[in-house]
Amino acid sequence: MIKGMLICSLFFLTFSIFAIIYRLVKGPSAPDRIQALDALGINIISGVAIFSVLLGNTGFFEFILLIGILSFIGTIAFARYIERGVVIERKHSE
Amino acid sequence: MQLLHLMILLPFLFVVFIPFLYRRFNSQLHTGWFVLFIPLILLLYLVTFIPKVSNGNTIFVSMPWIPSYHIDFTIHMDGLSLLFGLLIAGIGTLVVLYSIYYLSKQREALHNFYVYLLLFMGAMMGLVFSDNIFVLYVFWEMTSISSFLLIAYWYERDKSRYGAQKSMLITIFGGLAMLAGLIMLSMISDTYSIREMVSGNRVTAFTSHDLFIPAMILILVGAFTKSAQFPFSIWLPDAMEAPTPISAYLHSATMVKAGIYLVARLTPVFGGAYEWFWLVTGVGLVTLLYGSINAVRQTDLKALLAYSTISQLGLIMSLLGLGSAALYYGLGDEAAVYAIAVFAAIFHLVNHSTFKGCLFMVVGIIDHETGTRDIRRLGGLMHFMPISFTLTIIGGFAMAGLPPFNGFLSKEMFFAAVINVIKMDFVYNNFIGTLIPVLAWIASAFTFVYCMILIFKTFKGKNKVPKVEKPIHEAPMGMLIPPLILGLLVILIFMFPNVLSAYILQPAWSGVLPELAEKGKLQIEISAWHGLNTELWMTIGVIVVGTILYLTLRKWYRVYLIYPEAATLNRLYDNALKIMELFSRRITDRYMTGYIRDYLVYIFVFIVVMVGGSLWLFDGFVYTPSMDAPVNIYEVSLVIAMVISALTVLLSKSRMTAVISVGALGFFVSFFFVLFRAPDLALTQLVVETVTTVLFLLCFYHLPQFKKEMSHLRFKVSNALISIAVGIVVTSVALSANGTRLFPSISSYYEDAYVLAGAKNVVNAILVDFRGIDTMLEILVLTIAGLGVYILIKLRLSGRGRDKNEEAK
Repeated sequence: MIKGMLICSLFFLTFSIFAIIYRLVKGPSAPDRIQALDALGINIISGVAIFSVLLGNTGFFEFILLIGILSFIGTIAFARYIERGVVIERKHSE
Repeated sequence: MQLLHLMILLPFLFVVFIPFLYRRFNSQLHTGWFVLFIPLILLLYLVTFIPKVSNGNTIFVSMPWIPSYHIDFTIHMDGLSLLFGLLIAGIGTLVVLYSIYYLSKQREALHNFYVYLLLFMGAMMGLVFSDNIFVLYVFWEMTSISSFLLIAYWYERDKSRYGAQKSMLITIFGGLAMLAGLIMLSMISDTYSIREMVSGNRVTAFTSHDLFIPAMILILVGAFTKSAQFPFSIWLPDAMEAPTPISAYLHSATMVKAGIYLVARLTPVFGGAYEWFWLVTGVGLVTLLYGSINAVRQTDLKALLAYSTISQLGLIMSLLGLGSAALYYGLGDEAAVYAIAVFAAIFHLVNHSTFKGCLFMVVGIIDHETGTRDIRRLGGLMHFMPISFTLTIIGGFAMAGLPPFNGFLSKEMFFAAVINVIKMDFVYNNFIGTLIPVLAWIASAFTFVYCMILIFKTFKGKNKVPKVEKPIHEAPMGMLIPPLILGLLVILIFMFPNVLSAYILQPAWSGVLPELAEKGKLQIEISAWHGLNTELWMTIGVIVVGTILYLTLRKWYRVYLIYPEAATLNRLYDNALKIMELFSRRITDRYMTGYIRDYLVYIFVFIVVMVGGSLWLFDGFVYTPSMDAPVNIYEVSLVIAMVISALTVLLSKSRMTAVISVGALGFFVSFFFVLFRAPDLALTQLVVETVTTVLFLLCFYHLPQFKKEMSHLRFKVSNALISIAVGIVVTSVALSANGTRLFPSISSYYEDAYVLAGAKNVVNAILVDFRGIDTMLEILVLTIAGLGVYILIKLRLSGRGRDKNEEAK
């Protein structure tokens, strides 16, 4: 019963990933693509979580945490780049 | 190490002291006086061997050099090498004496001169006494190198450098060919010792070997280049840019006879084969003719002598070839008839060294005293330089083959040899065979003509003093002594040829034909007058025709002008060098484009051709589906997602899209690691992926503002084909590798990680415990990369300099 539900949710997740990829490829502007990448990270988080339950393995939980952080950092980096043209600003004292 | 070894190494050892002697004493005493003792000691020491060697004994001493390869510094002294040793040491002494007066103490770099000269002398000594073929080769190349240095002694002159380079290229080419030939010879005979090759019944076993002919040709190429045989003779006239003592020593008496020595030395090995006979005789005769005809047209005295040297070397070479027929007849009585040709070769070799050394020294004196060597500017020197004139007559007549000089005897023997050759059974009724005496006779007539030009155009005729720069007078006595000694030898050898023959020539002869010598077949009496025979008539014919030709020289000299300058061998050599240089530059320019893109194309095409080609050729592609794990739906959908994002990278129109897609691809890869149950890899992959993406974004900032390439990737069919091919090849390699497992994996060992290393995480246990060294080096790689990045950013020296320059502007 639970396994069927998990596989079912995996199916929808896959569908959602492909929808994200569509936006990633098509996305008329860079922010669209960055949004897609961010969403992709979140989808992968849930995908990995469902897999862990399916496999009965707790080894991937760190991965879930990490992906949450990194996806955030990546998105911030992109956002800063688009907003200010640089990722890491220099001090203006130079 | 024995005294003989020390004798050969003595010049090399003394070389070390010359610069010190030069610096300390040159202001008081010419450095040559110190050097003079070296060849003198060698000469006197070698003279002590004459009684021993003339009794048929040989001396054999060995010193290990590279024992594990059986390369020993072995000295084998028999008649032939003793003869050469005496020539080298004897003429070496005279040349050093001559050079003391020829070269100025104040103006010349004497230490260089004598260092090179002694190096040459030692190398030449080593060459003629070595028994081991590789040691012989070492000395052979040392003569080439020291000759190169000596030709370019006046290195500030263009022509000297040209001549040196030319002689270097040609003789080293020959030397390398000879090395290959010698290696083949050692493979055939299974020994490195010439003495062992020659001795025993091996000779007959050689001819049937596959490598016999290649070895023969390659060795002959070496000998021909060194001895300036046709068509390799072109370096010798250009080598005349060397100081005259060097021309006299190297390019007439010693180095150019190294090839002769080699041919004579290996005659017992190769002689008796048709190919050897025809090659040596034929090339010798062509050289004889070529040299004598060309000598007549020269206007520079040294060039004339150079061509005459070429011609005389051809004569000696052809005699050695004719004499090799003796071995064809085995040990019968007929053999002795042809063996005389070898004797004539050795005899003429000695004679040539004496009179040619003398002539070169006289030409040097003329050059030294009048400031020119051009025949057209010289004339009427007889009254000013009577001694030089006498010496020129002696040398010139000896070279022309007139009595009462030694050239007459060897020229007669030469004619006898070429007449004998017609009777030979494989020459009989053969057009080329009967041509041999005719060619020899024609060449002798030309020899006569250029000898007369040398003597009479220089010393007789009108006095052209106004054209000459210095007041003419006879040379100092010290300069005249060496040619006087040689001139005296020319006459003495004519008077008492049998003394020389008994003590030196006969042993040398038996060195060339050892088997015949053992049977006691080699006996000869040289006599100046041996009846009215064909040879004498031939000589008389030479004199008559030569005189007529000389007197009518002006009328037929135009014949030389018919022959186009563009078809000479020198032009061929120059053009060949130019074309080779141009050709290689063009080829290099063509494939070294400077674009990494092109080099990558080469690399990838190479991978496709080599890996794919060998997969296809050796039927290496194996695909066994049974080895595959079951594929499930997540993996398929993940692969599709990855392919789409990879294609997006390729087809993206902006850098931003490509970077974002690469990021997505990285996410998918880490998801793959999850699917394949590799949590550590997945973690690392994710972190690295994020960092890389951020780094990409950092780079964006530093890209130049203008010319941003936001365009579509230029599509190239060839690139697409290559990348597809590489993909196919790599995929098929991976599939085949998966399909063929030769042995089970060793990973079961690591599963006991907890027992072995106290770790539950197998991956981490492998990284830091089982194979910790790899990890350490990876850490090192990261450190280096970090430092490198830091240095690249901080240490922009050239960039800063440029900025300052720009500011200054």
